[in-house]
Amino acid sequence: MLAHDTIKYNPIDQIGAQERVARLFSRSIKKESKVEALKTVLSMIDLTTLEGKDSPGKVKQLSYKAAHLHDQFPDLPSVAAICVYPTMVTVAKSALQNTGIKIASVATAFPSGMASLTAKLDEVRTVVEDGADEVDMVISRGKFLRGEYDQVADEIVQVKDACGKAHLKVILETGELVTLDNVRLASDLAMNAGADFIKTSTGKVSPAATPTVVLVMLEAIRDFYKQTGKKIGMKPAGGISVAKQAIQYLVMVRETLGQDWLSPDLFRFGASSLANNVLMQIVKQTTGVYQSDNYFSID
Amino acid sequence: MTSRANIQKTYKLFINGKFPRTESGRYIEWKDAKETTLVNICRGSRKDFREAVVAARKAFGDWSGRTAYNRAQILYRVGEMLEGRRDQFMAELRLQGSTKRQADKEINSSIDRMIYYAGWADKYSQLFSRVNPVAMPYYNFSVPEPTGVVAAVVPEDSSLLGLVSVIAPIITSGNTVVALASESFPLCSITFAEVLHTSDVPAGVINILTGQRSELIEHFSSHMDVNAIVFCGSDPEQQELVQTNAALNVKRPVFFRDQDWSDKKAQGPYHILKTTETKTTWHPIGV
Repeated sequence: MLAHDTIKYNPIDQIGAQERVARLFSRSIKKESKVEALKTVLSMIDLTTLEGKDSPGKVKQLSYKAAHLHDQFPDLPSVAAICVYPTMVTVAKSALQNTGIKIASVATAFPSGMASLTAKLDEVRTVVEDGADEVDMVISRGKFLRGEYDQVADEIVQVKDACGKAHLKVILETGELVTLDNVRLASDLAMNAGADFIKTSTGKVSPAATPTVVLVMLEAIRDFYKQTGKKIGMKPAGGISVAKQAIQYLVMVRETLGQDWLSPDLFRFGASSLANNVLMQIVKQTTGVYQSDNYFSID
Repeated sequence: MTSRANIQKTYKLFINGKFPRTESGRYIEWKDAKETTLVNICRGSRKDFREAVVAARKAFGDWSGRTAYNRAQILYRVGEMLEGRRDQFMAELRLQGSTKRQADKEINSSIDRMIYYAGWADKYSQLFSRVNPVAMPYYNFSVPEPTGVVAAVVPEDSSLLGLVSVIAPIITSGNTVVALASESFPLCSITFAEVLHTSDVPAGVINILTGQRSELIEHFSSHMDVNAIVFCGSDPEQQELVQTNAALNVKRPVFFRDQDWSDKKAQGPYHILKTTETKTTWHPIGV
């Protein structure tokens, strides 16, 4: 059994974190390096649709887009995964056969996490049976904020168990955690409880992924790696819609965690409109002409 | 008695309802004829233009979706604000070499032109819409609609009137615009932006850049998210460049070669029509 008091309290220097972010974000990546960075970003995207009005048609269309980002440029990578609601996993599964693109499903009463543990575990088992390769769970923020850390951690342990072979991403929903100290504590809890990835947000709460929060989580991953030798992945999600931001995040990952993390196995972007923006930048780098949404698929 | 420090205005760009300096950090020194007044004018860059197009695209939905009546009110308000800034425009036009009489005339014409197009905002589409006779059971009609984001390279030889005369008909129909001000007479363009800023023109509907025409035409004409380009000037090489680049995404090119903007004939509803697209609807009847 895991107890929260085995985890060392790591207070965060908020101003220090913000200044470090500002320094890292002032880097300028241009020309060939920019194109390579943009391609890396594409390969890390979890193309996401998480709306109440999602239909099988939309998921099929998104799956097609995931495999055919921009057919005029055949040497582009495909995205890492598509991320959908549990009821859409079977649709995605059949649409993505033989593409190598993974299927991520949100689970555990996403986005609020307000359900009984039994219901959450059932949901996780179902999506894994349906063919999800990755499960994005949400933590119980209410319990976390009440100080019931053991119960939050215990839930993650049981969900990890229910995942079986599927990778587990733990969504902290940092927009509801109030302080950076809480973000750090939640990151440490999730990693100790067996998370393969830690993820900032559901995208349903504002603010979603902010650079400072991402830096704090990356530093938590770095410290966890130093202590245990285990490499945990990171997924900022929500609010990352332009290529420039994405490249800035890559700089931050490279400087905090090193080259190993610049891979879709250890870093992902949860985003819906980012892919098109990155594609527009790649076409701009190639043709020299600024692009328009009109020439890219709607998603 | 100690003399007071002279506080001069910084002439900046006008993008998305704000007055940023150019991201490039470049400036052009501008002097009046007597070389007594020196002003630093922003030398706008490719990226400033890109930011302006993003702002204009974002503003297009709201501006084109407003009622024509509301656009008329706002254009009229621009006219009112122009009137209120008369003295400042007078001073700038005098610095740029106009006589008092010429400056007075230019300001009057600019205000009148704004009011003129304000009047047309809720009328031009009735004039140019039509019902088309078709030999099938359809009610077939055509209406002009705004084309989208328009890039405008405004007259080089006129500081205020040229700018107003080109921009007003573009935004009357609901387009948004990114304009490149006159390189030789740039002062009034930024003061005009201050007028827009206080006239309820939503952010991004009109964006005004200053800078070098020869440098920026390439970008004004090639951007894929610009739907039309209005080019004022008689240099055949520049015209050819605009036409060639416009073909990239089939922009609508509009040319004014030797237009005298002080002429009464330099205004009219046909100017509005130049940056619209005609939409034809086939509506089934008798089914």
